[in-house]
This record gives sequence, structure tokens and C-alpha cells, in this order.
Amino acid sequence: MRVALQVTCVNDAMFPDTGKAVVRLLRRLGVEVDFPQAQTCCGQPMVNTGYLDEAVPVVRTFVDAFAGYDAIVTPSGSCAGSARHQHSIVADRSGDPALVAAVAETGPRTYELSEFLVDVLGVTDVGAYFPHRVTYHPTCHSLRMLGVGDRPTRLLEAVRGIELVDLPNATECCGFGGTFALKNADTSIAMGADKARHVRDTGAEVLVAGDNSCLMHVGGLLSRQRAGVRVMHLAEVLASTEENDA
Amino acid sequence: MSGTFVGMPAFPTAAREALGDTQLRRNLAHATHTIRDKRAAVVAEVEDWEDLRLAGAAVKEAALRDLATHLETLEESLTRAGATVHWARDAEEACAIVAEVARSHGVDEVVKVKSMATGEIGLNEALEAEGILAWETDLAELIVQLGDDLPSHILVPAIHRNRAEVREIFRRRMGDVGRPAPDDLTDEPAVLAGAAREHLREKFLRAKVAVSGANFAVADTGTLVVVESEGNGRMCLTLPEVLVSVVGIEKVVATWSDLDPMLRLLPRSSTGERMNPYTSTWSGVTPGDGPQEVHVVLLDNGRTRALADDVGRQALRCIRCSACLNVCPVYERVGGHAYGSVYPGPIGAILNPLLNGVADEQTASLPYASSLCGACFEVCPVRIDIPSVLVDQRAAVVDSHRGDRVPKAEAVAMKTAAWAFSDSRRLAWAEKASGLAGRVLGRFSRTTLPGGRTAAGRLPGPAAGWTGARDLPAPPTESFREWWDRTDGGRT
Amino acid sequence: MSARDEILRRVRSALSGVSPAEDLPPAPRVPDRGDLVALFVERVEDYRAVVTRCAVADREAAVAEALAGASVVVPPGLDLDVPGSVVDDRLTADELDRIDAVVTRARVGIAETGTIVLDHQPDQGRRAISLVPDLHVCIVDVSQVVPDIPDAIALLDPARPTTWISGPSATSDIELDRVEGVHGPRKLHVVLVG
Repeated sequence: MRVALQVTCVNDAMFPDTGKAVVRLLRRLGVEVDFPQAQTCCGQPMVNTGYLDEAVPVVRTFVDAFAGYDAIVTPSGSCAGSARHQHSIVADRSGDPALVAAVAETGPRTYELSEFLVDVLGVTDVGAYFPHRVTYHPTCHSLRMLGVGDRPTRLLEAVRGIELVDLPNATECCGFGGTFALKNADTSIAMGADKARHVRDTGAEVLVAGDNSCLMHVGGLLSRQRAGVRVMHLAEVLASTEENDA
Repeated sequence: MSGTFVGMPAFPTAAREALGDTQLRRNLAHATHTIRDKRAAVVAEVEDWEDLRLAGAAVKEAALRDLATHLETLEESLTRAGATVHWARDAEEACAIVAEVARSHGVDEVVKVKSMATGEIGLNEALEAEGILAWETDLAELIVQLGDDLPSHILVPAIHRNRAEVREIFRRRMGDVGRPAPDDLTDEPAVLAGAAREHLREKFLRAKVAVSGANFAVADTGTLVVVESEGNGRMCLTLPEVLVSVVGIEKVVATWSDLDPMLRLLPRSSTGERMNPYTSTWSGVTPGDGPQEVHVVLLDNGRTRALADDVGRQALRCIRCSACLNVCPVYERVGGHAYGSVYPGPIGAILNPLLNGVADEQTASLPYASSLCGACFEVCPVRIDIPSVLVDQRAAVVDSHRGDRVPKAEAVAMKTAAWAFSDSRRLAWAEKASGLAGRVLGRFSRTTLPGGRTAAGRLPGPAAGWTGARDLPAPPTESFREWWDRTDGGRT
Repeated sequence: MSARDEILRRVRSALSGVSPAEDLPPAPRVPDRGDLVALFVERVEDYRAVVTRCAVADREAAVAEALAGASVVVPPGLDLDVPGSVVDDRLTADELDRIDAVVTRARVGIAETGTIVLDHQPDQGRRAISLVPDLHVCIVDVSQVVPDIPDAIALLDPARPTTWISGPSATSDIELDRVEGVHGPRKLHVVLVG
């Protein structure tokens, strides 16, 4: 099976440790991932802001970079959702039958990390060790666009040493929402402040989620509040071992 | 005597104002969480809820896709049943028809059943201009009307008011327009509802003309359906001599049996009940029972515009249950007024631009009033994929500006990003620059994020919207791409 | 062009090239809930309506007990003797407003939702009489109870006006706090016979 890592533009530029964690984790599970150098972004920032024409060349770059792989793994529910549900909209807009055909190939082969681990590799215990009090926020796109369900929490429950505590109102949006965080900053911050309050109420040391963009938002609020709660991508928790505690 | 949405600022500005109102925030959080929990409990009782949603969506979708035929059938069956059918292209025509009916009976007042369509067309204001007072009889509409206020929710237009505020409005205003509130009025909801009963009773008993909307219009039988709770609907539909119903053309379902999934879906989604207290159905005139003169105004007012939109058409399936408002994290925090329309919340954020286009700035701001979290789609009883329509309407907004001689800063930024994202070499170059910036920002930062990473301080320009309340990690000195190159994917 | 023709033209033009919908998927049937009558009673009572069960022979006594001496109007076709009642003969709304109670029959009872449906035949009377008085005593035979909404829809004639009643009038318009008793009858008493 040829597996490619779609690291995502946000992780590439801002959170490289998450990408490294995916590589380390999958290697530990016996999967060698490729990193197709031609990859850039899934196009979601343009699509979700309404710039469909602008997204066309970006989506084209995506399908070109990942053509021929059996599985495309991404540590982002949002970007997986974009490939699976939005690329076809962009391709239809382009009017290019070749692009329409190409996104129909790459879309269904794109997996969010927890889906890839549980559904494709068939593992829930990935041999991780993380002795911390953790709460998990299910990000909206992983929850509602992809329907990852309890896969992430099953993975977390199997981590040795972890103390997993429920997050109140967990399924409510954190308020990030891409350009929403800037275009409607006040509302975004009001939503994030409530999420941060719920996180603090759990007494967790670490807030875990499957999307760094959401974590950047909630983490930015928690940090400004001096809450002392660290945010961490699911991949980094799952990659942690006794020898290599993140 | 109630306010108007005309001249409302764009959503972000209106939202900022609403967010500053702590009383409003408390009222909304309490109300939306209460109704959310009620809905969840009664929906969980229905084992095949998802199949029921599919059936409901299909009934409405089928009716929409053959709408011309169904409208002609509806007109025929209504006429056969003794009703007079009118057609209104827009708000002005619809208001004129209702006013003419009222005038022909020489009345200076009408009683009204809560109706979204009549709110949409501004009927009360239009009638007032003709010297005809329209009395709202739904409790929440009465609160809004007496308070010279605006509706902020589809089901509960006064959701932004708490009991103490309602008591104050009743005490201050009821006496001006009829029977005053009793002196010993408390803020108990049951007592306030009792005061509304006494206040409106005389209006029901003397009214000659009533105005309603309809939740459904059954084409093959000419039956209109009104779903309600208080009995004010029954009063208006039964006691007056004349009834005028203003019905959006999208309210049509093909057959009487199509009401089945709809009546199972609506109450559970809307008030969170197995069934609402009262549902009335009637087909034209029933000799010796109820109004003997029945008018139906079939209203377009932008609906055919929405119908022509391949992605947006599904919004016309909406049965105005307001489940999407109740679960929306944006609505919960800013309330309904910020949307500047009788249709607030997620459905309003798509319905208003679909009905009216995106030419004005206020309407164009609505599709962006969402984090695209998808909670609305999950609860919609007729499966309107609101997030997808929101994105499509954003594209409509962007497309409407493609001819601008001076592009917006956002458009320039998006074009630049698209240019960088269209070629990985350009992106790699940008990341090098960002890594450099990271080194600089990191050096000047006084903040360390939990976990040890440095944070960028408060940034100028567009990034200030972020860093005003949120720390931002300084960009790492090495991108993932550079790391992969340097270490051969971590192997060396 | 008339508004009618203009709207129909717009509709047709909006839908040009749009394929008609395929056959409708059937709405799911409700699963068998066991004792329908027990479920009906439980669900009606859930709305804070009063339910009395009685044998056919005891109907009149049960109705008299529900009325507790209130002034009462009855429809002309009621198949039951209600002592002291006024038979509706086009009473005005004001006259009805001065009467405490009404006794009617119903057309169908829905177990799943605890709903009674009136189709305003002579044993139920015109719509106004079961609306204006404050107490509605409604007689339902156990044989009239059906499982769910689709069963009721199939039984009803859309040419007749129908009124679906689930408990006393209610509102949740103030803080979403449900209170019973607004404009419709504030008390609903179902006499379930058989």
C-alpha cells in the first residue's frame, strides 16, 4: 500500500511537530509514508471564503501531488473534509472533466489520521504512553463532515498512563471557522472563550484535538488567560512513548 | 408600532453590539439550551428519525421540483372549496391585497396569527399606513409588538426578553391598546400568559377579519395547515367572518398524505414536543363553521429567485421549525437581531441572500456569519445542507465583486495565497520567509506558550483581529517541508 | 402579464432543466408499541390533561363528574345526555364566552403523540364551540385510538376542517418555560370509553 502524508499548509508552516509525529507514529506501526513535495494546501481557505475560481489551481495541485497513492493521510479533519466533500464542488466549477475525474479518485482515498489508524490499519492501541490529564475536543469537521465518531477517543483511551476527562459541551464549535475567526472576530472569540472555560473546568493539563487550527484558536485564548493548559494535536499524543514523551 | 430592520448594519458590527449585552447573552444561552435539550429528548424517542428526515426532505423536494403544476392544482382546489385565490409577485402586492380585503369590510383592525410570511412582507406597517391596526395574538409576537421591538427568533420572536422584561412591557403598554395588565402582575410565565389571555380576549371576540400564514398548503385538496400552541391561531381561524392567509409558494405539498412525515417532524424539531397543542386544517369555506369568506394570497417575493439556484433551492424546503437557530453557536451568542431580518440564524443566513440577492452589504455579510460547524444540518428535519449553501452563497458574494475596479484587500490576499498554493516551490519560499519572521518574532516575544513555544505578541494590521484576544505561536524556524528535506523524512 | 402568470412563468423558468424528483421514499412506520390505549393515556396525561377511563354504561356519570356543575354547551349531534346543557344553535362568540365548558366527541385518538383529532361532524360541532369555553370534555372510544400520525391522516377527510388537540393550550414563549393555559381551553378532560 502506497501511503502519502498530506501534512496540510497550516502544519507545514506553523506546526511541523505534528507532521513529524505522524511520520514517527506510522513508522512505529510499520507504515512508511511518502511526503510528496509538490503538495501545498487543500484549497479550503479559498473555498470557505467563497473564492472558488481561486481554489481551482490549488485543488489541481492537490490531485497532481497525490495521484497514484492508495491512501492519503492527513492530521486534520478539516482538510480531509475539504478533499472528500469540497473538491468536487471546485472541480465542477472549473468545468474541466479531467479535474472532476481526478478529485473523484483522490477524495475517497483521503483519510483523517484517526480514520486511517482505526479503519485502514485496524488498530486502536498504537503503543503510546502519555502520563497526563487530558481532555479531548472533537472538532466540527471531523465530527460532522467526516463522522469520525468515537475513533479518536478510542485511540486515546488505549494510551498508557493517560487520564482522559470529559469536556463539557464537547461537540459545540470552538469558534475558529477559518476566516470566520477574522471576519467575525468578536463572535469567534466569544465562542472560543466559552470553550476555553469548559477546558479549564476539566482541570486537564492538555487539550487534545485533531485539528491544529482549532487548537491555535482555543490555545491562543487559554494562553492569553494564563490558564496553564497546553494544547496538543492527537498525533503528538499518539506518537509519545516512554522513550519519547512529547 | 413595531420597529423595522431597514438600515441595520452588517453582521459583524451588529454582532459586536449584541455580544456586549450581558443580559441578552444570559437570556439566549438559557433559552437555547433549554429548547435544545427538549428537542434532543423527543427526537431520541423516534427510532427511525433519520429515515423520517429523508422522507420529509423528499416530500418538500418533490413538491418544489414540480411547483408550477402543484400551484395550479392548489389554485383549482382552493377555488372549488370556496376560497378566493390571489397571487402576489412581491411584498407590496401582497400587502395591497390584504389591505383591500380589510377595506372592503370597512374594518380598522385585524387579528393576526403569527406568520413569518407576513413579517417578511412588513404587513403590519403597510396596514397601519392604511389606517388599519393589526393585532399580533401570539404571546411572543405580542411582547415584540407592545415593546416596539423586533423579532429575534422564528419560533419565539421574544426569546431575547426574560420574564422581568416581559412584565415591564405588559405593565407599561397593554393599557394603551386595550385592556390593561392587572395591578398585581408578577413575572411568573403562567401569570404573564394569563394577562395576555385577558388582554386579547376582547380583540378575538370582536374581530371581523383575521390574517394568517400557513405551515403547509396541500395542493390536491386545497387544505391549509396552521401549527400552533396557544389557541390564538384557532381563535383567528375560527371566530372572524373573513380570513386572509398569506402563503409562500414554497409551502405547497402535493397530497394530504404528504402531511405525514411533516407533522411528525415539525413539533419535535420546533418546540421539542411530541405534538404541538393545536393543529388546524381547513379547505376553503365550511358552510356554518368558521369564516365564510376565505382568501389565500400566494406569495413569490424572491422565492422564484431561490428556486432557480441549483444549490440554494433546498432552502425552500424549510418548514420554519428553528431547530437550526437553537443549536447554532453563533446565534446563541449574538441573538437574532444581528441578522437584520425576520429570518435569523443559519437558515436566515442562506434564505435572505437567496430571496434578495447579495447586492447590499448587510445581506452579503450573512453567509459569513457562521463558523461552518455543521450543527444546523445535523438537526434540520428536512435535511437542508446549510453549510454547503453558506459556502455557495459566499461564492455568490465574491462573484458579485469580480468586476470591481478596485478589489477588496481580502480578494488580493486570496489571490496571492492561491498563487502560492498553486506551486509548492512558491510555498516553500514563503515558508522560508515565515521561518525568518519566526526567528525575529520569537526573539522579541515575552510570552511562552505552555509546552515551551514562544508566542508572537500583538501584531499590527489584519492579524490584530487575531492577536487582540488570542496569542499566536511564533512561526517555527523550520517548516515541515524543510525538516523532511534535511532529515530524509526523519531517517537520518 | 397578471401576477399569476408572471409567477408561474418564473417558476417554470427557474426549474427548466431540473429533473422531477424520483419516487418518494416511504415514511418509516412506527414500531409496535404494545398496549395502544395505555400509551394513549400516558401521552395525553403527559400534557397535563386529565384522563378518565370508564365503561360504556358509565359515560354519562364520568362526563358529569368532569363537568362538576359547570355551565356547558354541547353539539347538536352529541349521542349523550348532558343534563342542563345548552345545545349549540349558532351561539355567538360572546355567548360562548359566557359558558364554562363544552362536551364533544372526537374522530380519532393518536397514541404515539397523545393527540385527539376533531373533524367537526355533528357529534363534535363547529370549531368555535370546542374553542371558546375554558373546559373541554372530550369523549373518545378506545376503538378510536390509532398508533400514530399517519394512521390518523389516512382516516381523516381533508375536505372537512380538522382540529388536532394535544393537551390544554400552552405556550413556551417566555424563556422557553412551558406553561399551560393561554387562549384555547385551559383544561382538557378526556373521557376514554371502553
